[in-house]
Amino acid sequence: MLPAFAMLAFVFVLPLAWFFTQALFAEGGIQQIASVIASRAVLQAILATNWISLLVTACVLLAGYPIAYYLANRRGLRFTLVVFCIIVPYFTSIIVRTYSWMVLLGRAGVINRLLQSAGLIEAPLPLLYNKLGIVIGMTYVLLPYMVLTLFATMKSIDRNLLLAASGLGAGGFAVFWRVYLPLSRHGILSGALIVFILSIGFFITPALMGGPSDVMVAMLIERSVEITLDWKSAAVMSLFLLAVTLVLYAVYYRITDLRRLMGA
Amino acid sequence: MQRILAGYVTAMCLLLMAPIVIVVILAFSGAGYLQFPPTALSLRWFARFLGDDQWRAALWYSLVIGAIACTIATTIGFFAAYALVRRPIAAKKLLLSLLLLPVIVPTVITAIAMYFLSARLGLVGNVLWIGCCHAVVALPVVLLILLATLQGVDVNLERAALSLGSSRLRLFLRVVVPLAAPGIISAALFAFLASFDELIISLFLTGIRAQTLPVRIWNSLHMQIEPTIAAVSAVLIGITGLVLLLDASLRRWRAARTGAGT
Repeated sequence: MLPAFAMLAFVFVLPLAWFFTQALFAEGGIQQIASVIASRAVLQAILATNWISLLVTACVLLAGYPIAYYLANRRGLRFTLVVFCIIVPYFTSIIVRTYSWMVLLGRAGVINRLLQSAGLIEAPLPLLYNKLGIVIGMTYVLLPYMVLTLFATMKSIDRNLLLAASGLGAGGFAVFWRVYLPLSRHGILSGALIVFILSIGFFITPALMGGPSDVMVAMLIERSVEITLDWKSAAVMSLFLLAVTLVLYAVYYRITDLRRLMGA
Repeated sequence: MQRILAGYVTAMCLLLMAPIVIVVILAFSGAGYLQFPPTALSLRWFARFLGDDQWRAALWYSLVIGAIACTIATTIGFFAAYALVRRPIAAKKLLLSLLLLPVIVPTVITAIAMYFLSARLGLVGNVLWIGCCHAVVALPVVLLILLATLQGVDVNLERAALSLGSSRLRLFLRVVVPLAAPGIISAALFAFLASFDELIISLFLTGIRAQTLPVRIWNSLHMQIEPTIAAVSAVLIGITGLVLLLDASLRRWRAARTGAGT
């Protein structure tokens, strides 16, 4: 136990604490903090981050729910095959997954070429370097988290309740809508939370697949360090992002068994 | 309804695998640009990858840093998981939630904070230090795997060993580690993978001296999408596949062992 906390303290907590205290209280003091938060670029990034994260969470939920439902009701070869298709991308490097989508979605990418040679479109569709690109890329990366979380909840739903409902005269849709969906609510909530938490801190995918106007908070933080060397702004934004993340994590902690995180 | 569901799930599975499969195919393309389906097959992009000193160096650094991170994370994670499972510790869930924090805190923030400290200590580009930083991010994965493994190890076997006069060290080396071996190996594999695929921390900490594969990919992606990256990606995908395959056989081993024990 001790070595783990010692390592976390030295390599994780200490750098964070050092960074925040040094960068925030260096010179200029507190007024600057307010000006960073109120600046146009930051406000825009916060809005964009929220909007993209909400969109991604919704997409992941809609795409992932049927897959998890399918998994919870199947065994044998089909189950293994679907799990395989979820797990392989899940453990593939994010940069590789993002690159793959860039190859598919680019102006001269695989999809545009196929559509053009099939004569369906004349000019290439703008699929990359805009919000659509970001949402596709992030949905792809985050889908496994949702499916694994939902699956864990759905697996524990008592099938007898569904039988009872249809025995009492409920139709197929009513059984799903009035019984199954409410019973899986817990999974929906914790899946959506974890996806949203991971979305707001996302960096690689939006940085590579987004357009010039789609700047998320994490990208702004990176830029202020790499390009403008503005440590103070970086620290203020980081602290803000960290606070939001931790509050959401606290909610997640209250409602979820942590062992289900990452589906281990 | 069942048909629609099955159709949808099949389509999604294809969609999930498509990007990965297409990149692997493109890596073997003979054309000078990314064309799918490729008209000719060749290994020229792999040759260019392995023939280039910088790419080779990146592969080497990735492997070394991965090995360091994997050793540290697995060792430390093992003791932490053991304590969490065996010791009567209050607030276990809270402790676990703290240990899992590195995957929750946005990596950009962690990376910048680490960079801020490392720059002052002159540790940017230090392979050992990068390994330590990667180990922090790999720790949660190790913990989750080892918690599940150690819960499956019968505590009575440990009590028997202790009552027969075994020392603590002997208990660990001769009883606990062998019993948990499949889990420990798979934890080590995933820790290696976590470090091997890590980009953001490496981006800040590697400097120009110790660039890893993901960092090199990142840098070249900003210039152009050339097929060499497809070959590098194929190698990364191959390593991921290998780890998953090993893990699957380890799981079978674990299942066979617990089956034989009862």
